[in-house]
Amino acid sequence: MSKTPAKVGRAAAWLPVATVVFGILLLWYVFAVVLNLPWEKSVATRAGTSPAMMSMVENTMRQERPVLPAPHQVVEEIINTTVKKKITSKRSLVFHAGITLSSSMLGFAMGTLLGILLAIAIVYNRALNKSLMPWIIASQTIPILAIAPMIIVVLNAVGIQGLLPKAFISMYLSFFPVVVGMVKGLNSPDRSHVDLMHTYSASPFQTFFKLRLPTSLPYLFTSMKVAVAISLVGAIVAELPTGAVAGLGARLLAGSYYGQTIQIWSALVVASVLAALLVMIVDLLGRWVNRRMGLARNDNAAAGAH
Amino acid sequence: MYEALTTQENQASAVIDIAQLSLTFPTSDGDVHALSDINLLINQGDFVSFIGPSGCGKTTLLRVIADLERATAGSIQVNGLSPAEARLARAYGYVFQAAALYPWRTIARNVALPLEIMGLNSRDIEQRVRHNLELVNLSGFEKKYPWQLSGGMQQRASIARALAVEPDLLLMDEPFGALDEIVRDHLNEQLLQLWAKTNKTVVFVTHSIPEAVYLSSRIVVMSPRPGRIHDIIDSDLPRERDLSIRETPEFLALANRVRDGLRAGHSYDEVA
Repeated sequence: MSKTPAKVGRAAAWLPVATVVFGILLLWYVFAVVLNLPWEKSVATRAGTSPAMMSMVENTMRQERPVLPAPHQVVEEIINTTVKKKITSKRSLVFHAGITLSSSMLGFAMGTLLGILLAIAIVYNRALNKSLMPWIIASQTIPILAIAPMIIVVLNAVGIQGLLPKAFISMYLSFFPVVVGMVKGLNSPDRSHVDLMHTYSASPFQTFFKLRLPTSLPYLFTSMKVAVAISLVGAIVAELPTGAVAGLGARLLAGSYYGQTIQIWSALVVASVLAALLVMIVDLLGRWVNRRMGLARNDNAAAGAH
Repeated sequence: MYEALTTQENQASAVIDIAQLSLTFPTSDGDVHALSDINLLINQGDFVSFIGPSGCGKTTLLRVIADLERATAGSIQVNGLSPAEARLARAYGYVFQAAALYPWRTIARNVALPLEIMGLNSRDIEQRVRHNLELVNLSGFEKKYPWQLSGGMQQRASIARALAVEPDLLLMDEPFGALDEIVRDHLNEQLLQLWAKTNKTVVFVTHSIPEAVYLSSRIVVMSPRPGRIHDIIDSDLPRERDLSIRETPEFLALANRVRDGLRAGHSYDEVA
């Protein structure tokens, strides 16, 4: 009995998602037909034939270099380049995703750490708050595409190559939400909670570890969800202008050089699925920490109500 | 010679000694006189209530004693020390209006918080937590999180936390203000028993006349704009009392005097 509402709730939660996915697929097919039809028409004109409209529409779904590949073409390409290829193959999307993922994860870890450290510095030093924050905000207004090649060139000149330059660009993007979230989090304790520490004559150290840090953790995980997604964007962007031969970004670039739209789209889809997975993992981690801290009141309250 | 003697006497009995104390907050509309010319002596073992309408500075005065605010003029001594020194010596326990329990700590760990900060060893911490939770009738709730407890239980836990420091002075800022009448009566009774058992000095902020009269050995009636002491009433009620005392003529007479004081000090035309 007690599980029925939960099941209903789960179905109700899936329904809107499924509807949206269905809607997107439908729109995708419509656009694929509309965008790919001119090519079919020009082929027919050049051949001097006039095929039926329906056969032209059908053909829009199986072009080799469509303006917009149909979803099933992308799915087919993804399957061909993942489960049907060896991971070590240069044509395996898993191989490329792995390369991008490793620099993105390194960048995310560095970005999170940098973000936390900057936030602590900002919260504990009024002068830093005024001097550092404008620079941090300004750093995000510079187009990453413009600065990425320079970072790579500069790092290459000092002998840093491979994973690290890409990770740096990832970090450059991902530290920002962490700084902003963490500054807010560290400043979020109630007045009375802070006063309490004051009445105990607690040291700044004790106040940090016993009050500010635990209070900021939910904020940290929220901003880490944003950071992990854009760290992937950073790694992909870092692969674009640098002539990287491997990684999802290199795959995108190669696809666009040779007009392989299906390859571009499958790399894009894999990148977004990867991002969604990463966000989910951080979300689960955040929930786990919340539960460990005894803050997950909704789960327990619901269990207690039965 | 004489002066030395009186100082010594003061140190023996006066826990809080406030003379000509004032506190002004500068604001954009000019200075706000939160406290003006406060003179007050609180002795060891007193139960003193500050009562008054909002804005009379009763909470501010308590916060000055706790070194959460600084006076702008006059003098104040807590245990013969400045409030800052007294705070560093952990001379008092403070109970806030909201229970202010840390939501990620269990009840036991909340009570343990000040003890961890004081650097006690884990055996002493455990023993003091157990003892003080017993004192406020919360044994068995050690492993619960604050949100699993009712408001009254949360406030009891916060009292246990303040007591765990083992202070001689207990500062309480409207601790039962957010609770319903029945819970409040019950906690008032328990607080009185605790006071009788431990001979602590209690300074208690409230805006409830029955609460102030029922609990206190002295009642400080305050009035706003500027925040000042309007009247200090020594209660002649016996130290040992239960809730039924609220029906006695002595109690009602005291309550009337407090009410008159509040009325006289309150300018009603300013209240919309």
